[in-house]
Amino acid sequence: MAVEGIGARALRKEDKRFITGKGNYTDDMVIPGMGFAAFVRSPHAHAKVKSIDSSDALKMPGVDAVLTGDQLVGDGIGNLICGWMIHSKDGTPMKMGGWRALEPEIVRHVGQAVAVVVADTQAQARDAADAVVVDYEELPAVVEAVDALKPGARQIHPEAEGNLIFDWEIGDEAATDAAFEKAAHVTRMEIRNNRLVPNPMEPRAALADYNDAEEHHTLYTTSQNPHVARLVLSAFYAVAPEHKLRVIAPDVGGGFGSKIYIYPEEMVCLWASKRIGRPVKWVSDRTEAFLTDAHGRDHQSEAELALDADNKILGLRVKTVANIGAYMSLFSSSVPTYLYATLLSGQYNIPTIHANVKTAYTNTTPVDAYRGAGRPEATYLVERMMETAAREVGLSPAEFRRKNFVKEFPHQTPVIMCYDAGNHDATLDAALKAIDYDGIGARKAESASRGKLRGIGLSCYVEACGIAPSAAVGSLGAGVGLWESAEVRVNPIGTIEVLTGSHSHGQGHETTFAQLISERFGLDTDAVSIVHGDTDKVQFGMGTYGSRSGAVGMSAIVKALDKVEAKAKKIAAHLMEASEGDIQIEGGELKVAGTDKKLSFTEVALAAYTGHNLPEGMEPGLKEGAFYDPTNFTFPSGTYICEVEIDPETGTTEIVNFVAADDFGKIINPMIVEGQVHGGLTQGIGQALLENAAYDENGQLLTASYMDYTMPRADDVPNFQLSTHETLCPGNPLGMKGCGEAGAIGSPPAVINAITDALGNNDLTMPATPQKVWALAQASAKQAAE
Amino acid sequence: MYETNYHKASSAAEAADLVSNSEDGKFLGGGQTLLPTMKQRLAAPSDLVDVTGIAEMNGIREDGGGVAIGGATTHAEVAASALVKDRLPGLASLAGGIGDPAVRHMGTIGGSVSNNDPAADYPAALVALGATVVTSKREIPAEGFFTGMFETALDDDEVVVSVRFPGASASAYSKYPNPASRYAMAGVFVAKGSDGSVKVAVTGAGQDGVFRMGDMEAALASNWSADAVAGISPAADNMLSDIHGSAAYRANLVTVMAKRAVAAA
Repeated sequence: MAVEGIGARALRKEDKRFITGKGNYTDDMVIPGMGFAAFVRSPHAHAKVKSIDSSDALKMPGVDAVLTGDQLVGDGIGNLICGWMIHSKDGTPMKMGGWRALEPEIVRHVGQAVAVVVADTQAQARDAADAVVVDYEELPAVVEAVDALKPGARQIHPEAEGNLIFDWEIGDEAATDAAFEKAAHVTRMEIRNNRLVPNPMEPRAALADYNDAEEHHTLYTTSQNPHVARLVLSAFYAVAPEHKLRVIAPDVGGGFGSKIYIYPEEMVCLWASKRIGRPVKWVSDRTEAFLTDAHGRDHQSEAELALDADNKILGLRVKTVANIGAYMSLFSSSVPTYLYATLLSGQYNIPTIHANVKTAYTNTTPVDAYRGAGRPEATYLVERMMETAAREVGLSPAEFRRKNFVKEFPHQTPVIMCYDAGNHDATLDAALKAIDYDGIGARKAESASRGKLRGIGLSCYVEACGIAPSAAVGSLGAGVGLWESAEVRVNPIGTIEVLTGSHSHGQGHETTFAQLISERFGLDTDAVSIVHGDTDKVQFGMGTYGSRSGAVGMSAIVKALDKVEAKAKKIAAHLMEASEGDIQIEGGELKVAGTDKKLSFTEVALAAYTGHNLPEGMEPGLKEGAFYDPTNFTFPSGTYICEVEIDPETGTTEIVNFVAADDFGKIINPMIVEGQVHGGLTQGIGQALLENAAYDENGQLLTASYMDYTMPRADDVPNFQLSTHETLCPGNPLGMKGCGEAGAIGSPPAVINAITDALGNNDLTMPATPQKVWALAQASAKQAAE
Repeated sequence: MYETNYHKASSAAEAADLVSNSEDGKFLGGGQTLLPTMKQRLAAPSDLVDVTGIAEMNGIREDGGGVAIGGATTHAEVAASALVKDRLPGLASLAGGIGDPAVRHMGTIGGSVSNNDPAADYPAALVALGATVVTSKREIPAEGFFTGMFETALDDDEVVVSVRFPGASASAYSKYPNPASRYAMAGVFVAKGSDGSVKVAVTGAGQDGVFRMGDMEAALASNWSADAVAGISPAADNMLSDIHGSAAYRANLVTVMAKRAVAAA
């Protein structure tokens, strides 16, 4: 490698290991004597568990144990919890139903576990799980949130009357109503945000090992935040105290949010390992992943936008019903509230906003944060409204947006967020130019000459990353603080280990984080290793989600580096008999300014550890830690423009061009950032065109495999045209904003706006499948003919 | 996957014997459907009899004016065959569009037609080209071979040794893929025989698997052009309907794919 600092397109240090099959994933772990778990799962969306007969299963070869919910509850294992308290507008706390890792009484979604089998081999465990006889009494199921909230709907949890978990609001209702009274034009839409399945490449897995001599548990698992997992498993589920529980999240193959949460299966492996006295491994298969990984999105909204006679926005009114599934997953309550409605101001000056969010239980898989988490739902709503309003009042969608942009920063929105920095005109201009927005008329005519329909759609997104100031989120109901920690450990020969509470499951931290050290000390990135994902090694951490590893995780590293640098300079000044203020670090050396005196970084590190000649009173060693608590969210923003061509005969939508102009603040590794944007855009395009978790009326997931759930593939997306515009974030030392989710947040409305432009019909829901697009194209053609 | 016994047969007769002497044996070609089904624990054959090493079931040869393709011949071999490209370009192009490269290098024509997935591509080619399925017991005309969704005229211990395709003066296949699985939602094979007769066969769309479009055949017999079939659709009530495509949408796709196939032929 080389000295590759901030801004270098350094190749990923981790890729050799991944590409050559030398990664170390949870399923690669083998502990002598380990057994394999297989879960007995409900085939019904809603049913009473009348009895569980495991007598046949227990007689099968290799079977060690069949455990049920009664035993789990009997051992004092706690219910799964939601860690973010939301209060309804009447002040009452959210109504959380009980969620047991193995359900002894009433199952509430297809795939919910009622028992676990542990056997010598995976095949034996699965055979025995098939032989466990569960007698169910089926109950009526409710699938859609709006149906669950209707009077007379089947009650799912006794704690939540009418299936309503909370009826929450944000913003000033009276002021918003008054704004609509004055409106010259009101745009109204019903907007559906489709339910998605995360589909990380590596399914969830757990390997739990209990040492009864030391009363100590080790859990290897696919987690985005092993310390949070340990905290929750200890504090709430009473599996083991924190100092007796080590959680290791080794190489993890993707998460997209779905591996933030504590799920029943991982917890059951921990408990079962202790109960039966052997290590227990479970690896989800793809069907289990579809049925039990937390899903994303699933909103139904009504939105109204009020404009004055000059087409300036007066106010926005939103009513949303959010489907939370059968249980409240760990951060599920924050997604349709503080991660969603606080972004409803978009990039715009909106004097007043009121949003009401009702959240309902249904007999479906639990829903929680998935890449973007609330911000894609807000962006889709705002950006479809903006495009629609512009068309209704006869303005160019670009100029209508520009007219309403926030232009001065900081900008306090009416929904909590205070945007600290940005330049929306710059990213809009860059995107318009890159796609030749003004030339669309000629391109439409050319497509029409071939019998095709061409359309163009914009999306000007702003999102909130770097979650978040601990005091702020605490005041909004979060059960944890959202700081990050780092420790920089300089070894005696000058190599460096950075221990971080962030967790890499595809993000490339081993490369980007090393670039910070390379930049600071002029060291080769190969002299740096990044340690993460082990609660016994890393001091503490809140993990990786919400695009926080840069803005929060790297800020903690910077703070620790500041301390290391200060101490190293003190040592160097002492050794070279110079003033501390004259020491400069350059190219791996500490130099005395204006002289030829210098020491290598290695010499200084060695001096720190020999302790032979340190300044008076200085402790030996060169190791510093830091905790960083952000002062604000960060606000990545940008403009995405999608251009599509539709074949009206089949309804096929081809994305012929896609331009993304992003403002992520300071960028450490442009190649990795581009990769994040490519992936995010592809997932957003997946949501817009392809992906949908469809249930039938009985709560059976119709799209529970890749035969029916349409994942985006390479040939579904174009060669993206990317550009970045750097407006530094004033809130953190590097000026970073985050780039992990923007693509998925900003792209769906650009795609849908382009299709509705091509069709001349706005009545389109995601995913815009060929069938739907064909039907609208037929309707448009018929209308044109009449 | 449940436990199973694996056998590798060296002749079609041996393969048939192995299957008939096992409790619940199945022939194994490329395994592109059977093995995933077994992994899903939806099939549990007691014995698998691998036919891919049988010499008489491999390869492509000239057969009259047409071609004969061994039952264990992979899709990739058919797609790449100079002989097939020359005699039946529509068949070569169909084989080159099945699944993905991994599927095409494992999956076999005999396995595909024996499974008779209603969304598989090959059945349309066999019916439109008037192929004959040569089995370990007899010869069966294609139209009598495919008897319904996942149903064929094969006995349990009968294996497809080869498929004989007569020559054609024109052939082409056009399909519209299911967005998720990329199996055909509607695949239309059009063929003009050496004697000038026209056949149009549709896969993916019909409730009973592959079927012929007589109206289109009549129209094309007098006017071999895309316009001739533009106004002809199958009855929607015989079409499959699911979350990916309603019956009406599939009926439309049959028309559009027929137009495109004729234009490409």
